[in-house]
Amino acid sequence: MTKRFKVGYMAAVVVLSILAAMGIGAVILLAIGADVFKTYMVILTEPLKNKIGITEVLLRTIPLTIIALGITVAYRSGIINIGAEGQMAMGILSTTAIALLFPDLPRGVLIPFAILAGAVGGGIWGFIPGFLKAKLEVSELLSTVMLNYIAAQLYTFFLRGPMLDPAELTTGSGTPQSMRLTRNLDLTRLIPGTRIHTGIFIALALAVVIYLILWKTSFGYKMRAAGAQERAARYGGINVPRYLIIAMIISGAFAGMAGAIEIAGVHRRAIEGVTSGYGFSGIVVALFGGLHPAGIVPAAFFFGLLIYGADMTQRLVGVPANMVQVLQGIIILVIVSSKMIIANPYLMHRMEAKWQNLTGKLHKEVKA
Amino acid sequence: MEQTTKAITSLRMEHITKRFPGVLACDDISLDIGKGEVLALVGENGAGKTTLMNILMGLYHPDEGRIFINGQEVHFRTPNDAFAYGIGMVHQQYMLVPNMTVVENIALGYKQAWKVAKLDLAMVRSQIGEIAAKYSLSVDPDAFIWQLSVGEQQRVELVKTLCLGARFLILDEPTSALTPQETDDLIVLLKKMAGELSIIFISHKLQEVKDLSNKVAILRHGAVVFQGNTAEHTSSDIAALMTGHEVVLPHNDAPACVLGPMLQLKNLKVRSDRGFLALDDLSLYICKGEIVGLAGVSGNGQRELAEVINGLRKVESGSIIFDGQDITHHNPQQVIAAGMGYIPEERNTEGIVPSFSLKENFILKDNDAPQFCRHGFLNKKEINRNAEELREKFDIRSANADIAAGSLSGGNIQKVILAREISRNPKFLVAVYPTRGLDMGAAEFIHKQLLQKRNEGVGILLISEELEEITNLSDQVAVIFKGKIQKVIPSSEASRRRLGILMAGVKDDEEI
Repeated sequence: MTKRFKVGYMAAVVVLSILAAMGIGAVILLAIGADVFKTYMVILTEPLKNKIGITEVLLRTIPLTIIALGITVAYRSGIINIGAEGQMAMGILSTTAIALLFPDLPRGVLIPFAILAGAVGGGIWGFIPGFLKAKLEVSELLSTVMLNYIAAQLYTFFLRGPMLDPAELTTGSGTPQSMRLTRNLDLTRLIPGTRIHTGIFIALALAVVIYLILWKTSFGYKMRAAGAQERAARYGGINVPRYLIIAMIISGAFAGMAGAIEIAGVHRRAIEGVTSGYGFSGIVVALFGGLHPAGIVPAAFFFGLLIYGADMTQRLVGVPANMVQVLQGIIILVIVSSKMIIANPYLMHRMEAKWQNLTGKLHKEVKA
Repeated sequence: MEQTTKAITSLRMEHITKRFPGVLACDDISLDIGKGEVLALVGENGAGKTTLMNILMGLYHPDEGRIFINGQEVHFRTPNDAFAYGIGMVHQQYMLVPNMTVVENIALGYKQAWKVAKLDLAMVRSQIGEIAAKYSLSVDPDAFIWQLSVGEQQRVELVKTLCLGARFLILDEPTSALTPQETDDLIVLLKKMAGELSIIFISHKLQEVKDLSNKVAILRHGAVVFQGNTAEHTSSDIAALMTGHEVVLPHNDAPACVLGPMLQLKNLKVRSDRGFLALDDLSLYICKGEIVGLAGVSGNGQRELAEVINGLRKVESGSIIFDGQDITHHNPQQVIAAGMGYIPEERNTEGIVPSFSLKENFILKDNDAPQFCRHGFLNKKEINRNAEELREKFDIRSANADIAAGSLSGGNIQKVILAREISRNPKFLVAVYPTRGLDMGAAEFIHKQLLQKRNEGVGILLISEELEEITNLSDQVAVIFKGKIQKVIPSSEASRRRLGILMAGVKDDEEI
C-alpha cells in the first residue's frame, strides 16, 4: 500500500507539474492572443501525425540525449555545466577541421576519427572550467557561461575566415558556413525521404554506457560520491578535484560529440547557428529526465517534440516558435519547485494520511 | 489563532498515537506536566521522543489522541499555533543565521518588531535585556553568531524562544554539543528557570536527568514504559528501563602497551582553517593494542589532530610515523591504504554520503578493492552480501540495505560508520566523539566493539568530551590544551578532578 502510494504520489507530482507548466504557459498564450487549446494540440500531436514529423522529432532527440547525458555526469559529480552550447560548437569546429584536412580517409576511419575529434574539442572546453573549479574554486556557473561566448566568437571567426566555403565568396549567399564536407563523413540516413540517421543508435548506446559507468563501476561510484557529499568522499580517500575535472571533460566531450554527430548526420557542413540552443535545452532535458539515462531518453523525445512542434505553431496557428523557449523556462521553474515537493517527506506523510482517510470513508460508505 | 499570554498551568497529552509507513512512532502515549515541573523524556535513539515533541509543536499531526492545555483541548496545525499558546522548542540543531548578530537573529521571528518600513531593533534589544536579566542569561546582543561558542549559541536560542513568548520550553538534547563546564552551567540555569516555566527535556545522559528533572518518562519503541518521580529511582534503574536490560558500560582493565608503538606523532605543527597554529609542537605515541583517550575542551586542536593523522590536513612541520612507515605527507587514500580507520566527528556529512544507500556507504573506502570490484565493475552480489552481513552483525536497524543512509537515526548512522571501519580490519582507529548524542544501548555496543578491537592488537586514539567514556576505555589518558599535549597519565590515575585541572590548562597538576 505505502509503496503503491509513493509511486502514485511521484507520478501525480510529475503530471501536476506538467499541467501547471501548461497552465502558466496558457496565460502567456492568451496574453499574445493565441488559441491556447489549438496551440497545445499542434505542439503535442501535429508532429506525430506523419513519418516526416516523427523522424524530425527523433532527429532532435539525438543531440538532446547526448548533451543531457554529459550534463548528468557533471551534475552527479557536483558541478553544473551550463557550457554545453560552447562545448558543442568547439566539437563541431574540431570535426569540421578533421574532415577538411583528411577528406580522403575511408568512411570506417574518418567517422570515428571525426567524432573523436569532436569529443576532444568539447572535452577541452569542459576541462577549462573543471580545472578552474577544482584548483582555484572558480564558480563553474561563471566560467562555463563565459566560455560559451568565447566559443561562439571562435566559431564565427572560423566559419567566416579559415573555414569559409570558397563557393560562398563567389555566390555570396551571406550564410557563414563551411563547404560541403566529404561524403565519407556522412552518417547513413535510415529511412529514405527523411533525415533520420544512424546517430540515434550512437545516442542510445551512449545512454547505456553512461548508465553503466555511473552506477556499475567504481569509477562512477567515486564521481557520484564526490558530487553527493564532497567531505565524505574526501574522507573516503577519493581525490575529489580529480574526479571533478574528469567529469567536466566527459561532459564537454559529450556535447562535442553531439555537435560532431549533428554535422555528420544532418547538415553535412558547419553552419553558423547550428547549435541552436541544444546546449541549454540539454540542461532542461537532464533535469526533467531525473539525471538518469532511463529518464533522459524519453525526456529528450518530449523536448524534441516541443521544439519541432513549436516550428509548426508558427506555420499553423501563427504563434512564434520562441514561445517554446518561454515554455522551457516555465518547465524549469516548475521542475525545481516540484523537486522540493517530492523532497518533503512530511508533506507526503500528510497527503498519505488524507488519502487513507478519504479511501477509508469511501469504503465505509460503500459498505453502508 | 489568538496570541494568549496566560500561564500554562498544566499540559496533558492523552493517548497520542502516530504511525509512519512501517513504524509505530508513538503508541498510545499519555503525559502530564504541571506548572514549574521539569519532565525528562528519555529513551533510546528512535524510541519516538522527537516525534512526540514534534506533535506537541504542531509539526506532525497525531493519528489519534488529544492535547489539553489548562484543561482545554487544543489543535496545533502548525508550529505557529503552538507558539501562540506559549510553547517553544529549542532544537538539537540551532536555527541561527551565522553572519547576523544576536539581535538580528532574534528579530527574525519577533513579529511585534516588524514595523511597516523598518525593523525595530531597539525594541528587540530591550526585550533581550529584560529576558536576560529575568533568567540571568547573559548574551551579547551585538555579537555575530559565528563568533559564539556552541554553549553561547544555545543561550541565544533560549533567549530567542523566551523572547517570542514561550512559557513552556521543550529542549531536544540540550547538552549533546556542550562541554562539561557548559553543561553544568546550563543545568544550573534551567533549574532556576524551572521556577517560572515548565520544561520538557529530551536527554540520553542519566546524570542530567537526575540533576534536573522532577519527573521522568521513559519511552521504548514508541510506548511509555515507565513514568515516575525522578528522586525515587537510581540512575541504573532508569538505564535498565530505557534499554530493557541492565546496562553496564564496559571497562578496560587489560594490561597496557606490550606490543610496541603503532602511531608516533612527533613535534607536529598544523594550522587550522583560520590560519592559526591549531597543533603546536604536539607529540604523542600510541602502542599496538592500546587505547589512548584524548581529553580536552573542544576546540583545542582535536579536530585538526584527527584530520592530520588521516591525511585530510597538511602538516606544517613534524612527522607522523605509522607502524614504522612515514605517512606525514600521505594523502587520505594512501593513509587508508596503510591501514588507518577513522570515525569522524561529523557523522552525517563526513562519515557517510547521506544520499547513498547503506550498501553503497559500506564500500566508501573499498570501491576499488578486489572484493567489490572486478575490472572496474562493481560486484553487486558481493556488495549486497557484505551489506546484509554488516547490518546483522552490527545490529543496524533499517528496513533494508537499499535505503538512504542519511535517513537513519544518529545511532544507526554511527553503527554504519563503525561497521565499515571495523570490518576493514584497520591497524589503527581514530575515533572522534564516537558516542556523542547516542543512547546508552548504542554507546555500550560501540564501547564493546572498540575494546574488542583493542584486544585484537589495534591501536586506538579515542577523542571524546565524556570523561567517563575516556577513563572507562583508555589505557592512557592524554590531555590536550591549546594544541599541545599537557600530560599523558595512566587511566588508573586519571581522576575527574585531575583531568579537569589539566584540561583547564594548568600544567603541573601534582602541586595542586
